Amino acid sequence: MTNQVLTFTDRGIYCPAGDFHIDPWRPVDRALITHGHADHARPGHRRYLCTDACAPVMRHRLGDISVETVKFGETRKIGDASVSFHPAGHLPGSAQIRVEVAGEVWVASGDYKIVPDGMSEPFEPVPCHSFITECTFGLPVFKWDDQDDVARELNAWWARNAAEGRASILGAYALGKAQRLLAMIDPEIGPILTHGAVENTNAVLRNQGYRLPDTIHVTPDITPKDHPGALIIAPPSALGSQWARRFGPASTAFASGWMRLRGVRRRRAADRGFVISDHADWNGLMQAITETKAENIYATHGYTDIFARWLNSEGYNAQVVPTEFGGEDDEAETP
Amino acid sequence: MKDFAALFTTIDQTTKTSLKTRALAAFFRTASDEDKLWTIALFSGRRPKRAVTTTQLREWAAEVSGIPLWLLEESYPIVGDLAETIALVLPSPGRESDLPLTHWITELKSLSTLDIGARKTRILDAWDQLDPTERFLFNKLITGGFRIGVSQKLMTRALAQATDQDEPSLAHRLMGGWTPETTSYHALIEAEDTQADESRPYPFYLAYQLDGEPQDLGAPADWQAEWKWDGIRGQVILRGGMHHVWSRGEELMTDRFPEFARLTDFLSDGLVLDGEIVAWEGTQPFPFNTLQARIGRKTVPKKLLKAAPVILLAYDLLEHEGEDLRHTPLHHRRARLDALLRDLPADAPVKAAPPLSFDTWEALAQIRATARDHRAEGLMLKRLDSPYLAGRKKGDWWKWKLDPLTVDAVMIYAQQGHGRRANLFTDFTFAVWDGNDLVPFTKAYSGLTDEEFRKITAWVRKNTQQRFGPVRQVTPHHVFEIAFEGIHASPRHKSGIALRFPRMSRWRHDKPLQEANTLADLKDLLETYG
Repeated sequence: MTNQVLTFTDRGIYCPAGDFHIDPWRPVDRALITHGHADHARPGHRRYLCTDACAPVMRHRLGDISVETVKFGETRKIGDASVSFHPAGHLPGSAQIRVEVAGEVWVASGDYKIVPDGMSEPFEPVPCHSFITECTFGLPVFKWDDQDDVARELNAWWARNAAEGRASILGAYALGKAQRLLAMIDPEIGPILTHGAVENTNAVLRNQGYRLPDTIHVTPDITPKDHPGALIIAPPSALGSQWARRFGPASTAFASGWMRLRGVRRRRAADRGFVISDHADWNGLMQAITETKAENIYATHGYTDIFARWLNSEGYNAQVVPTEFGGEDDEAETP
Repeated sequence: MKDFAALFTTIDQTTKTSLKTRALAAFFRTASDEDKLWTIALFSGRRPKRAVTTTQLREWAAEVSGIPLWLLEESYPIVGDLAETIALVLPSPGRESDLPLTHWITELKSLSTLDIGARKTRILDAWDQLDPTERFLFNKLITGGFRIGVSQKLMTRALAQATDQDEPSLAHRLMGGWTPETTSYHALIEAEDTQADESRPYPFYLAYQLDGEPQDLGAPADWQAEWKWDGIRGQVILRGGMHHVWSRGEELMTDRFPEFARLTDFLSDGLVLDGEIVAWEGTQPFPFNTLQARIGRKTVPKKLLKAAPVILLAYDLLEHEGEDLRHTPLHHRRARLDALLRDLPADAPVKAAPPLSFDTWEALAQIRATARDHRAEGLMLKRLDSPYLAGRKKGDWWKWKLDPLTVDAVMIYAQQGHGRRANLFTDFTFAVWDGNDLVPFTKAYSGLTDEEFRKITAWVRKNTQQRFGPVRQVTPHHVFEIAFEGIHASPRHKSGIALRFPRMSRWRHDKPLQEANTLADLKDLLETYG
């Protein structure tokens, strides 16, 4: 057995040498957080540590918490462990966490994607001995098209709806996916309206200096008629709700890696599904794993059994990390 | 195939029937006659003969994708469609082409004369020049079941729009035993209909389930009631000295039911009867599982012919002496039917389905309550002055079925669904108590809402005890009410019983595991209703 820099407990990933947890799902004394999504940044911990780019969103979502921040790449000593945060490319401020104890290096990936999206700090491969990787899309059927190609499709859909007098309602996770889409679309096509959940996150990120096009927050006194041909960005749950009906005739779409599957696309009963994910696709996962040069791979969040079996057949020493939350493919939570 | 792929994409991107119809009509206006013919064939359940097995397809796809076969097999249940799984794992095509749909079908048909190595080369070559959507469709041509959200009805409507013909007569043209190999677009759709295929049935008129009370239908005197038999809906056709038997699924079943060959001894040519094919005990039908033994057999051994003889319980006369009677009122057709069948010998393989006499809806409700005693599922209500329409139409024909039987059962196994339900656990096995053991007795797939399927899926993932391939054994915890139409003894099942049309009628959140029904309860139901 290699030196267990990180162990897996019923509270989440734990570092005995530094007495801290990474993205724990039950309250702990000290939590290192990779990024602000609800299945990683949970309430109730006594102390939080995350990147300075991640902290504003965490405060926004978790309220009055005790947060300490580090810069990307800065090394912090916690007990006998040296800890540093490195860009994961998942969303603005998201990090992988590198933990070194007595020369043994482990990296917990959190969620990541290796392709730059124009918003998030680009993914940085971190060499290590053991790599804890997510595998939300760890099946060879998941491969993403180039972001520019998807952007063209998205803009063409919006422009056509606008020309034919329909609103375009796009369902996307409020933190990360929504802002990435804002960076992909062409604001010249028409006005951009946002649901409150999206707009609140926009405000936090704008305040940090991330650049987003102008958006109009949909409040009760907004009259949709005054904004013909608009693109409306809202959380997936808002589609098909009373809230969405105010926009009149509309084409609906979801933006998610799950849209790669026809069955999921049809079940969502939206008019369009844009395949765009903030997670690595099959090739991205394999590239990331190769670049870490790690021999021991721990698969978590996703098709763990299948992915670990594949890695073992490829000569890695791979194991499955049990997770209590964020099932195999929780569509609602996973952008 | 780019035009066909674009058509598919348009259809797949909308849930609105009107948009699908419009897109398909546009395709029918512009495509070549060959492509049109094949499109009609595909959307009416016809397909090219399978030239490679799905096993070969899987192996070849895994090989060119550089993944082990097991990984492709594991991905399949998650995607929920083999053609799609293969289209998604394959590497990007090396070149482009735009050959018509018919070219690819011809290519597939030509494979059957080649050895296996050459077949593989041709399939890989096709994959290398088709984009992901085209590949999916190409694979669908091979794997069969071309179900992509276009029903035959929708296709017929689009074709009617594109050709300015009326829908029912087109529907009639499209019935029967044609294939794209034996006809042309012109002969099938455009030519004068004088040479109509003599075996061709009429489109079946299908009833909706009555959703309110029969009192809402108006005066009882305007309605006819019959038992709703649990058999196979069929048309028996006598034309040109031959007889033909068609199922509602448009399957020609003449050879499966040789009993009807004798009909030409009693009845004259130019006759089409609509009715229910049932296994007949002399005075009433056998239970459905007796007929079931006949359904699977293309040729029937003598012994089975004797043990489960079938007859047609005829309830409608669609053609008589060569005249199409569908536009005439039901009471007229029924009177002619009764006159025609009245004097047949008792052993003739056709009988007029007995009409039920009633004066009030209340009286009819009492008759309905006895349906199981007559081996019927309930009643059919038909308006006496109604014509015989084509397809499922509301208004003149109604099913008024008995309430189903129910048991409360424990979910013990779960499996992911296919197609629209891929990635959701939707296929479940249920058990009842036998002492301290849970004995599986039925599967059920339907009856829950999408929201409930999502909930149970999340639960299954967290409560899996063991996996057997795609099947998960889950912690016994959830109790569901299972509704079904009938119950029969079955030596093939561990529990010794088999249900007819089981489905989940209710998720019994209120019911603890221990209070689910027992095997003894099921045996009592079998005693009473089997």
